[in-house]
Amino acid sequence: MSANPLPQAQLAFAGKLRDPDFSSRVFWLSLALLTLWPLGVATEFRPWVLWEPDNRKVTLDFLASFWPLVHDAEFMRMVARETWRTVAMATAGVTLALLLAVPMSLMAARVLSLSALSGRMNRWPALVRWCVRATLIVLRSIPELVWALVFVRVVGLGPTAGVLAIALTYGGMLGKVYAEIFESGESHATHTLMRNGSGRLQAFVYALLPSHAAELASYTVYRWECAIRSSVVLGFVGAGGLGQQLDNSMKMFNGGEVATLLLVFMALVAIADSVSAWLRRALS
Amino acid sequence: MSTAFPREAANLPYKLPPPLFDARCRACWFTVALLVLVIASFVTLELDWAAFASLEAGRSMYRFMAEFFPPDVSPKFVSKVVSAAWETLAMSALGTVMAAVLGLALAVPASRMSKQDSAWLRSPTRWLLNALRAIPELVWAALLLISAGLGPMAGTLALALHTSGVLGRLFAEAMENIPTGPGDALRTQGVGPLRVFAFATLPQVLPQLMSYTLYRWENNIRAAAVLGVVGAGGLGQMLSFNMGLFLMNKTATILGAMLLMVACVDVLSFTLRRWLNR
Repeated sequence: MSANPLPQAQLAFAGKLRDPDFSSRVFWLSLALLTLWPLGVATEFRPWVLWEPDNRKVTLDFLASFWPLVHDAEFMRMVARETWRTVAMATAGVTLALLLAVPMSLMAARVLSLSALSGRMNRWPALVRWCVRATLIVLRSIPELVWALVFVRVVGLGPTAGVLAIALTYGGMLGKVYAEIFESGESHATHTLMRNGSGRLQAFVYALLPSHAAELASYTVYRWECAIRSSVVLGFVGAGGLGQQLDNSMKMFNGGEVATLLLVFMALVAIADSVSAWLRRALS
Repeated sequence: MSTAFPREAANLPYKLPPPLFDARCRACWFTVALLVLVIASFVTLELDWAAFASLEAGRSMYRFMAEFFPPDVSPKFVSKVVSAAWETLAMSALGTVMAAVLGLALAVPASRMSKQDSAWLRSPTRWLLNALRAIPELVWAALLLISAGLGPMAGTLALALHTSGVLGRLFAEAMENIPTGPGDALRTQGVGPLRVFAFATLPQVLPQLMSYTLYRWENNIRAAAVLGVVGAGGLGQMLSFNMGLFLMNKTATILGAMLLMVACVDVLSFTLRRWLNR
């Protein structure tokens, strides 16, 4: 990037100007291409396969069957029922997740430790905190889809598996983030209360919670929105809701139904998105 | 309390207790709506409470978990898991790179570079980005299976499509928020839009774009690990295959590999981002 504006006389030579960064650009670009090559091999990335006559015909037929959208009354009733079920799964899952996340985040938060008020935390509480934290990390690093696969085996097909999967994954996420939120802000009021002999729960309710309530609520609402998205995905492993219908329609190559369901899903996500944005604005 | 003043007035003023529900209170309505939503969800879902709140369920869960042990660590199977993990990693990396390129290509029309820029493509491109973003990777993968067939390519493309929606939007916001000075300086000299982009816009936003891309890569590794459940390759495909056959020892190994991979990537990405933001 040349910082000095060129004098008029030199503009004539503008075409011959050299890119000062040329060699580094070429180097990084070729390095990137060299790295991408084995990745392409590993993923069997052959995009021209998409354009082979057989595949092309299947794809185009499927895309053509998107129109007209299926919208008879019976199908739409089913779609409405499944949409509600998707929302309900997300809501119930997040509610159960809160039951898991709130106590665990209280146990994991360092701010609420009495022994840490005066220097180092005692050994056993520190160990418990560490264990709770590790549990939260494990809970959230197993994807909800895997939890759902496990629970479908244990409790059978249906929304129960989906709700449990969401509850565990989101319990982990919410718990970890709650603990981080508790520790991020001003801890003065909490510590003052605890130094003057209040219990830890009292210090939480009267000092820690009020000062972080908006942030906690807004993060929870955001996660609820994410849960709606993932409850659709959970349907693909048999947890009911829009995802399962989408999976069925795709397996039967019924393009019209797929298109309707996708549109409904996008509308649902957009509505959840705007509700959550509005709520978070109202909270802050 | 000091003793100089009485604690209370001689005649207490008559006060109603505050109403529990006030029709003008927005928070009250909101709480009611929330409660209704939660209760309605639990009631209408026909949840199988017995399935997870009884002793029998606990026992079957315990049996199920006990079957995971010992994980299958025979060299033959482990080498298969490692190659599947490499496939997952490759899917996520290639998908993210493609998404970054596609996202950048879409972010340029989706952002207003200068005040003079009419940016007539801005809304349609943003609609496209929103649509790409709204459909989750797994749904994209299931759709792409139809044209790309079973295997990791469908997963890679699915990741690329969804992530390009996410990244395109972030990139566009980043480009609109940079100081316009350098770009304006070039534009007043009569430099064309392409070179303004290459020499003024891109160098300014590049660190931010890199950091967004790395962040999404981290997410995509998680996503790629499970994409296989619909048949799009990688660890997920192996997982659903082995779980479908109730080969729990093998499933345990695969789950362990998934966790290990995600943890490694978290550490790597954290270090890299700190290095970039230094």
